[in-house]
Amino acid sequence: MPDKIAFLPPKKSVLDRRDIIVSDLADLLPKGCLVSEPRGLVPFETDAFIAYRNVPLAVALPETTAQVAAVLKYCSRYGIPVVPRGAGTSLSGGAIPQSDAVVIGLSKLSRILDIDYANRTATVQAGVTNLNISEAVSADGYFYAPDPSSQLACTIGGNIGMNSGGAHCLKYGVTTNNLLGVKMVMFDGTIIDLGGKALDSAGYDLLGLICGSEGQLGIVAEATVRLIAKPEGARPVLFGFQSSEEAGTCVAEIIGMGIIPVAIEFMDRPAIEICEAFAHAGYPMDVEALLIVEVEGSEAEMDAMLASIIAIARRHGVSTIKESQSATEAALIWKGRKSAFGATGRIADYICMDGTVPLSQLPYVLKKTGEIVARLGLRVANVFHAGDGNMHPLILYNINDPEDAARAEEAGNEILKLCVDAGGCLTGEHGVGIEKRDLMLHQFAKVDLDQQMAVRAAFDPQWIMNPSKVFPLEGRPAA
Amino acid sequence: MTAKAGTPLADIQDALAQKRQMLAFEPLDLRPVLGTTGNTTIGGVFATNASGPRRFVAGAARDSLLGVRFVNGNGEIIKAGGRVMKNVTGLDLAKVLSGSRGNLAFLTEVTFRLLPVPETSATIVISGLDDAQATAAMATALSMSVEVSGAAHLPETVRGRFLGGALPPEPATVLRLEGLSASVTVRAEKLRAALASFGAVSTIDPEATDTLWREIRDVYPYADQTLRPLWRVSVAPTAGHQLIAALRLETGVDAFYDWQGGLVWLRMEADAEAGLMRHFIKAFGGGHATLVRATPALLATTPVLEPQPEAIAALSARIKSKFDPAGIFVSHATPRGMAGRP
Repeated sequence: MPDKIAFLPPKKSVLDRRDIIVSDLADLLPKGCLVSEPRGLVPFETDAFIAYRNVPLAVALPETTAQVAAVLKYCSRYGIPVVPRGAGTSLSGGAIPQSDAVVIGLSKLSRILDIDYANRTATVQAGVTNLNISEAVSADGYFYAPDPSSQLACTIGGNIGMNSGGAHCLKYGVTTNNLLGVKMVMFDGTIIDLGGKALDSAGYDLLGLICGSEGQLGIVAEATVRLIAKPEGARPVLFGFQSSEEAGTCVAEIIGMGIIPVAIEFMDRPAIEICEAFAHAGYPMDVEALLIVEVEGSEAEMDAMLASIIAIARRHGVSTIKESQSATEAALIWKGRKSAFGATGRIADYICMDGTVPLSQLPYVLKKTGEIVARLGLRVANVFHAGDGNMHPLILYNINDPEDAARAEEAGNEILKLCVDAGGCLTGEHGVGIEKRDLMLHQFAKVDLDQQMAVRAAFDPQWIMNPSKVFPLEGRPAA
Repeated sequence: MTAKAGTPLADIQDALAQKRQMLAFEPLDLRPVLGTTGNTTIGGVFATNASGPRRFVAGAARDSLLGVRFVNGNGEIIKAGGRVMKNVTGLDLAKVLSGSRGNLAFLTEVTFRLLPVPETSATIVISGLDDAQATAAMATALSMSVEVSGAAHLPETVRGRFLGGALPPEPATVLRLEGLSASVTVRAEKLRAALASFGAVSTIDPEATDTLWREIRDVYPYADQTLRPLWRVSVAPTAGHQLIAALRLETGVDAFYDWQGGLVWLRMEADAEAGLMRHFIKAFGGGHATLVRATPALLATTPVLEPQPEAIAALSARIKSKFDPAGIFVSHATPRGMAGRP
């Protein structure tokens, strides 16, 4: 892909002092917690947004909150940029470093500190993976609700940074709705505790600001999250349609009728073919669009809710209805959906968009997306969280063909502008990162961004925290 | 739904009721407790993050708020957030404005999420539990997959004030279920069976359920036409009754519990006892207390809001200066702000 998105120019004062910085950081960290050799740095040069890469100056892998604080205190003293990194699964380049940056990785902060069923909370270090939390409490009948597709790998710290969602957040909300407290290290090494096991905390809603701040306000070292009792049962049902528009209007009507299933996922024909070939989930192959609707509760509840949903689907010309008959079948249906990105990666390079639109606009935006992609001679597979309007068009291209890559980026930008113009936003759960940074002025006026940047500066006046991300490089306040 | 901030809450609720929609966070109305009148506005609801019993499952006002338009201290008109549920485009300024009590900016427009009104509801009552047993019973109920949407404990001193005295004798631990009627029936049965070992179990109908939870929401027992100090305390659910037990050894207090025991409304006999209160909150794992009502003399001498640790107070002051450099939005932080007026 052409190097169109610029990073901040590296600070010469930092690069020139590289050896001293590495040596100083080594003094602050235990043995084996600092990576500075060229080969060791390679895994940290990009994340799941592989179109860009930069080798960082060094990578710190602290084992304690105090070590995170020591590294940040040092970096702020010398104006060294810092890029926080969870598992590196960002789809927007949130964890891609810059060449003068110290990456602070969370991988060694991987302990579950406290599980409290009476208060239904778990307190974990930030490097614990999303799925680890649910697995730790599953046998006792609980789970942690946000479930991004990368949940096997992604960390809770990264989830907080990006305010991650997932398929099941239609009912349970995204990270910000499930986060009760954090221990966070500020840019200068100050450690603050926000929230806790109580449902709300005193003063301004700083937790709400931190969630989704993409590593620009501080580094979360510990988090307290809500646990939820697992439903008695859950049943995904497949609804096949002969057009994407019909499926889209069906979704709008389900939600409009006041029915909130746990999840409504959408796949168009290319996505169905890709996922079925990979997961053998039993998806119908003779339809143009597929909805996976999951209901949960007791058998009686699921039957009642499904009856209403089926009635609506019939009004929209549903051609196939297939209920999962066993837990294995249900797991396969979700495996197919959650492996969509990985399975797509097997057949082509792709960029994944993340715009969110009001439900009433779904059919229109799907149609226009198809037109944009066709005009540029590319292919698209749509697989996304339809219930909350969070679209994920995967634009397929060849990363080794610069012209193809440029067209893919152009298509992506047009699609995101389309989402904003339809009353939506650039990103529902992947974050702005580096990828969508330069589109921010399409969604926000300058004055809106200035206010956000001013608040950002209240946390990090030196702009050392993940500074190349989120806000356009032009028009920033002087640090 | 998008509304101008000055729209009366009552108008919004009327419009929503016609479409069988609602604000899931059940905004509370403290006018009866404060003895105030006037129109609650939707802007005030969000500015105070005023959230009722369903908060512990459906989130607070801040969780329903999708986007805002506001005027900052420089007179600039700014928008933040948007119209869609999922949105991580930039910093979530709507969150920090929600609950900021008009101290950062002037909200002019709010966009928020709606949920359908449940088809029906029921309340399971367990009678005769003390505060500690009630906390255990509520934790049991919430460990089950029955989706309890309200969990409160009404000790004997307040029980008679609810539903015009119609709750069964003895302290009442109340659990609300909502949803499709077939589903509520099944879940109520499961809940009754699981809680029978705690005490006598009874069920109240949807109409009385609506009234009861409105009375819990609006702190009905303490709408007593007095200015006796009233605290709103938010702690971990299992800490609420410990806090009350500790306070009782020191002073005269009356209290009841919402949010599974984590939201405590407590009325002091005479003095506000702020020092004692904050000492015990820390001792039982942290949280915060707001003095919602007191005599003018007490209000003038008591820190109404929970004092913040130094680093957080300094950060909050920096954030304030970024919205309002000249400090024109003066926060009196008075309990009146809780009534839902911007």
